[in-house]
Order: sequence, then C-alpha cells, then structure tokens
Amino acid sequence: MNLGKEFSKGILSENPLFRLTLGMCPSLAITTSVFNGLGMGIAFTVVLLASNIVISLLRKVIPDSIRIPCYIVIIATFVTMIEMIMHAFTPELFESLGIFIPLIVVNCIILGRAEAFANKNSLAPSIMDALGMGLGYTLALLVVSTFREILGAGTFLGYAIFGQSALIMILPPGAFITLGCVLAFLNKIQNRTKHSVNS
Amino acid sequence: MREMMLIIIGAVLVNNIVLSQFLGICPFLGVSKKLKSALGMGMAVTFVMTLASALTWLIQRYILEKMQIEYLQTIAFILVIASLVQFVEMVIRKTSPDLYKSLGVYLPLITTNCAVLGVAIINIQKSYTFAQTLTNSIANALGFTLALILFAGIRERLEDANVPKCFEGMPIALITAALMSIAFLGFTGLQ
Repeated sequence: MNLGKEFSKGILSENPLFRLTLGMCPSLAITTSVFNGLGMGIAFTVVLLASNIVISLLRKVIPDSIRIPCYIVIIATFVTMIEMIMHAFTPELFESLGIFIPLIVVNCIILGRAEAFANKNSLAPSIMDALGMGLGYTLALLVVSTFREILGAGTFLGYAIFGQSALIMILPPGAFITLGCVLAFLNKIQNRTKHSVNS
Repeated sequence: MREMMLIIIGAVLVNNIVLSQFLGICPFLGVSKKLKSALGMGMAVTFVMTLASALTWLIQRYILEKMQIEYLQTIAFILVIASLVQFVEMVIRKTSPDLYKSLGVYLPLITTNCAVLGVAIINIQKSYTFAQTLTNSIANALGFTLALILFAGIRERLEDANVPKCFEGMPIALITAALMSIAFLGFTGLQ
C-alpha cells in the first residue's frame, strides 16, 4: 500500500472540489474571505480525519446494512465537538461561518470518503486519505476565497491591496463566477496536457 | 398574515435558498439537466422539507429544550431527517407506486441535501413559531423548486449552444447560475 499516493491523490488528481465537484455548498457560501476559507478548511479536515479514523477502526464491527446511519452519527458527533470548540475559542469565525459549521455533517465528501475508502482500508491509509482530501479541499477553498477577497473587497487576509473593489464578487453571484472560471481554467490545462501527450 | 407574506416573499425571492444562501447546491447542479427530473426533485424536496421542519421543531421544543440538551441538535436533527426519508420512501413505495416511480430515485439523495437540514436549523435559530416554521419551510422549498426549474429550462437550451470547449459541463452551469443569481439580487429591493 503506497501511503504517499493515498495522500497526494486528494490534492490533485482527485481533488474533492475541483475534480469531483463535491462539497459545493460551503465552498460557495463561506469563501467571501481567505480567513473564512481557511477556518472552514481546517474544521473540515479535522472532522474528516477523526471520522475516517473511527470508521476505519470500527469497519469490522459496524453491520453492513446499517452502516450509513452509523457513519452519520459518528460524523455528527465530531461536527458537534468542532462546533463547540469553535464557539469557545474562535467566536468571530463561529459567527461568520454560521450555519455552515453544523452543515459539515451533510458535506458529501466526508460521507463519501467513509463509504468509498475508510470502510475498506486499515488505519494508516485512511489517515493519509483524510489528510490528503482535507488538504486538497482546504487548498481549493483558499484558491476560491483568495480570488473573491482580492477582487471583491480589495484585501488579502485583511490587508488592503486595491483601493477599489468589485462588490459583486463578495455577493452570491461572485461565488458562482469564480468557481466556474477556476473549473474552466483547470479544464483548459487538462485539455492542453492531453493534447501534448497525444501528439 | 402580513408577517407570513413577508416570510414567503423573503424565502422564495429575496433570500432564495439556492441562489443567495447556497443551500442544496448539489441537487441544483446534479438533477437539473432535464426539466422533468427537476420537477420531481422539487416535489420530493418540498415534501421532505416540510415534514422534516415540523418534526425537528417539535423535537427541539419538547425534547431538546425540555431536557436542556440543545447541544445534541445536529445529531438529533440529522438522524430524524435520515430516518424520515427512509420512512417516507417505504410508505410511498407501498401506497403509490406511481409517485414512487417519479420521486423514488430522488428520495435517498435528500438525506445529504444540506437544504433540508439547513432550513430546519434556520427555523430554530430565528425562533419561529410552529406556524411560521411551516410557512418558512414550504416557502423555501418553493424557492428551491423555482430556481431548479428555471435552471433546468436554461440548461436544456444550453445543450444546443456553442460553448467554448473548456467551459463545457460544470463551468458553464456555474456561470449560468451566477447570472440567475444576479437576476435574483434584483429582488433585494422588495424587502
């Protein structure tokens, strides 16, 4: 079992947001600033890591027919923990992420990894898979939120860059535009590399 | 009555659940290729969202708050929604095979639809009464269906459009959604 490969696949070839287009809701809603994107990415990675570990350890205990409810309970437990921790230590982030913290429960990536990976593999690959997927998702959120914050607010992590800004990028349409353009850009690169391989 | 109208207009047009609150994006992008399936999905969501909101409101009010275990909200709600969806699926399969044929495929998808859980939590956060909760969830579901059907209509046309190669598929769908979202921003003045 190649651990390095399990880790790196989440970042590029199977990036959850850009490649599999999973977990769209938070990636569109909370990417108004880089700080929010980073906070969401970290919270997401912690939940994914914890749930992958527990599900991988319990994979022989959980009966097959009721595995989905079991996974949901495990994931919801960790989400509740993260929610309480963020409420206590980062109240500002808690306020701005708002409803999207409890909604990590229904983020398809976490349930997807549990179903597709953690219940078939032992502990070490599951940890690497969770770390890779978490990092890949965090990076994707950072890319989207960087564009949106710089164009929409004229700042990066709160530091002013431009005097002027296009408010529309912070408003809901900006989220769709940014993600659409990033995906199109990735398609373009992919087409080009495919071309050069073919010719 | 006036208050109810405000909730309805707010949820359907001004703060449309998909286009301005970003809940339920997955089915919005996934099940919007055909107008017919969009309609089926919209009906399934309306049905489940209304039932789930009513049930979670009662649970929050009479179980979680009575026993002061509000921190179990997320776990309790998602379990209720998941089992409700299962239950509804079983009932529909038994009682009306026709309805099952048109809704059936979409029902399991709804468990991981963040719109259902999202609306249930928003109802609690805004401390709505039971009647307001029902109004709000039906209005949100209608907003979801409206956005989904409009989007499916546009996407059916897009099939024949000459789109730049790299924008084919998901990217152009997102750009379309952006334009629709801009249009819905126009309703902000209503409130």
